[in-house]
Amino acid sequence: MGFKIYTMAEMAASNEEPEVLFWVGCAGSFDARAQKVTAAFSKVLHHAGIKFAILGNEESCTGDPARRAGNEFVFQMSALQNIEVLNMYNVKKIVTACPHCFNTLQNEYPALGGNYEVLHHTQLIQQLIEEGRLTIEGGGFQGQKITYHDSCYLGRVNDEYEAPRSILEKIDSGLVEMDRAKQRGLCCGAGGAQMFKEDEPGDKRINIERVDEALATGASTIAVNCPFCLTMMSDGVKAKEKQEDVMVLDISEMIVQSNKW
Amino acid sequence: MSFSQIAFILLMVLSIYFAVKQFSFIIRNIKLGKAETISGDETTRWKNVILVALGQKKMFKRVIPAVLHAFIYVAFLFTQIEVIEIVIDGLFGVHRFFAPYLGILYTMIIGSIEILSVLAFIGTVAFLVRRNIIKVPRLHKPEMSGWPTADANIILGLEILLLIGIFTMNGADVMLQKMDPVHYPSTGFLPVSSIMGPIFLEGFGKNMLVFLERSGWWLHFLVVLGFLYYIPRSKHLHIFFAFPNVYFSPARSRGEMENMPAIMNEVKSMMGLTPEAEAPDMDAELPEFGAKDVFDLSWKSIMDAYTCTECGRCTSVCPANITGKKLSPRKVLMDIRDRVDEVGRNIDSGSGKYLSESDRKAGVALTADNYDDGKNLFDYITREELHACTTCNACVEACPVMIDPLKPIMDLRRYEILTESAGPSDWLPMFTSIENSGAVWQIPDEREKWAKDFAETD
Repeated sequence: MGFKIYTMAEMAASNEEPEVLFWVGCAGSFDARAQKVTAAFSKVLHHAGIKFAILGNEESCTGDPARRAGNEFVFQMSALQNIEVLNMYNVKKIVTACPHCFNTLQNEYPALGGNYEVLHHTQLIQQLIEEGRLTIEGGGFQGQKITYHDSCYLGRVNDEYEAPRSILEKIDSGLVEMDRAKQRGLCCGAGGAQMFKEDEPGDKRINIERVDEALATGASTIAVNCPFCLTMMSDGVKAKEKQEDVMVLDISEMIVQSNKW
Repeated sequence: MSFSQIAFILLMVLSIYFAVKQFSFIIRNIKLGKAETISGDETTRWKNVILVALGQKKMFKRVIPAVLHAFIYVAFLFTQIEVIEIVIDGLFGVHRFFAPYLGILYTMIIGSIEILSVLAFIGTVAFLVRRNIIKVPRLHKPEMSGWPTADANIILGLEILLLIGIFTMNGADVMLQKMDPVHYPSTGFLPVSSIMGPIFLEGFGKNMLVFLERSGWWLHFLVVLGFLYYIPRSKHLHIFFAFPNVYFSPARSRGEMENMPAIMNEVKSMMGLTPEAEAPDMDAELPEFGAKDVFDLSWKSIMDAYTCTECGRCTSVCPANITGKKLSPRKVLMDIRDRVDEVGRNIDSGSGKYLSESDRKAGVALTADNYDDGKNLFDYITREELHACTTCNACVEACPVMIDPLKPIMDLRRYEILTESAGPSDWLPMFTSIENSGAVWQIPDEREKWAKDFAETD
């Protein structure tokens, strides 16, 4: 069941402050599939009793794809505007379900004057479980094989391999690692603004290479932590005509399924 | 002074001269890059030197080549003690100078070097087999054809020669110690030579043994000089550069691309975020952004290029390369080195050919600042290669000596987009959309529409 999600503007108007700002990101706001992850993570926050808010229409792209394409002007425009808004609301703590937003907010905004405590949603979920504010019922995925795809910007770039895995353990699934996992995890093909252009000529698409590896584990669910990996892996599964047998899910969606929320 | 002492000194001086000359050339070439302060605290960077450079930590992500490499690496380090003795013996016309002073310790040192040399021999042969017979894929990418492969085989061949020299020298020495203990002080029991010497050299006359001992000694020495001359010209430079390269690798988050303060300030001023007085002069012509040639790269990227030993671990984990795209991070480093070598040689030539027409007419002298040969890095690295990068950092993670192949790729992308206003046309809608509507896609809906829809779901 849905519920009202407050914006920072609304909270400020009633003199309230959220515990955490949920940074939704472009994919989470506009991409139909990623919107489901946004909804799922909102439910997780709601059920854990977290008072959170979004920026809503005051949020802009963090600028990550522009910066990595080489367009520093567009990056700076978007980033400085966001920092203006974040600082205006005196934001201290941010959580996001997108590892690219997470990386840029945490590692690149400080040089521009934006200093916040930034968490990836899997990190916050892990904390909530540890603090006893969130319980995962388990059972939803019992007896199923699951494989986990490390996103580059949560894993290799920011060294977070354990938080998502510890959640998957709680979900009571049989985690089967791909050969290229953790530091050696293979990119889904979307990063570095590849998401927004055609591939350069080659033998194979990167997402197909990765999906082949995921399918080889025999897993019926491919767990991801990034909306762009979600698109890439889902496209790959469809290209392999396995969409009937294999699900690609964000970890927060798996929690919602497990807990039947 | 004997003829051999004179020959020894002459050869040593010559090879040191050529090595120093080549090293100065390389250091000057590194300085052609942009000045950049290395960020990150000293402690972390020294820790990296101990763990990553000296301790080979990242090599061990792939155990078999790491162990084989460690054999050669440790043998190389220890053999330096023997090289010091060779230099003393050669300069002063003495024989095994350390032996009488060190006694049992000498036996232990030379004995260890012998065992390590056997391991190094195994490692070297295994590397030759991996490269030329098994043909490990990462050693056979297109950028490796021709000179790079020959370069690798030359080094491995020289290593074999060096080891032959050591064992011939020690084997014959062990036999001579029995015949002429006055001139050949005892080395004690050597684990290889004391066993193999008698097997191979029993019954050889003294003159023959002296000839073999001297041949082995000279071979060893000449190969060392050969290395000294050859290594700074080859991909093998990592044996020296791995250490400073690791030390100078910034200890900051991988996730942070270098900020561009000039653009930040410009944008701040456009957005009215800077006080009037501090605003940059809007009429001033903006400098060129990003990198189009080696002069625009960080000096660290050029050092990276000289440190690269072309092992290809980066390329073998690159998602673009794995799926058949042209991008190979190793090739980017090799191209930077080739280009900076070319620029360096041309600058040293002082030829007016490398001046712009106006400078040539004005008769100015050629320097790094007015260098213009009509070429740049884009003549080496194609745009197709640059456009294929997903910035996944797998290459950065893979490099055993902390080279950052991603940085120059991003610097070149920045030049293409910011200075040339070129780049993949597919990106234009994304740029425009972020600029105009703050989202990567042009979508008519409000950004918070999902939240309103969500509130109404049941």
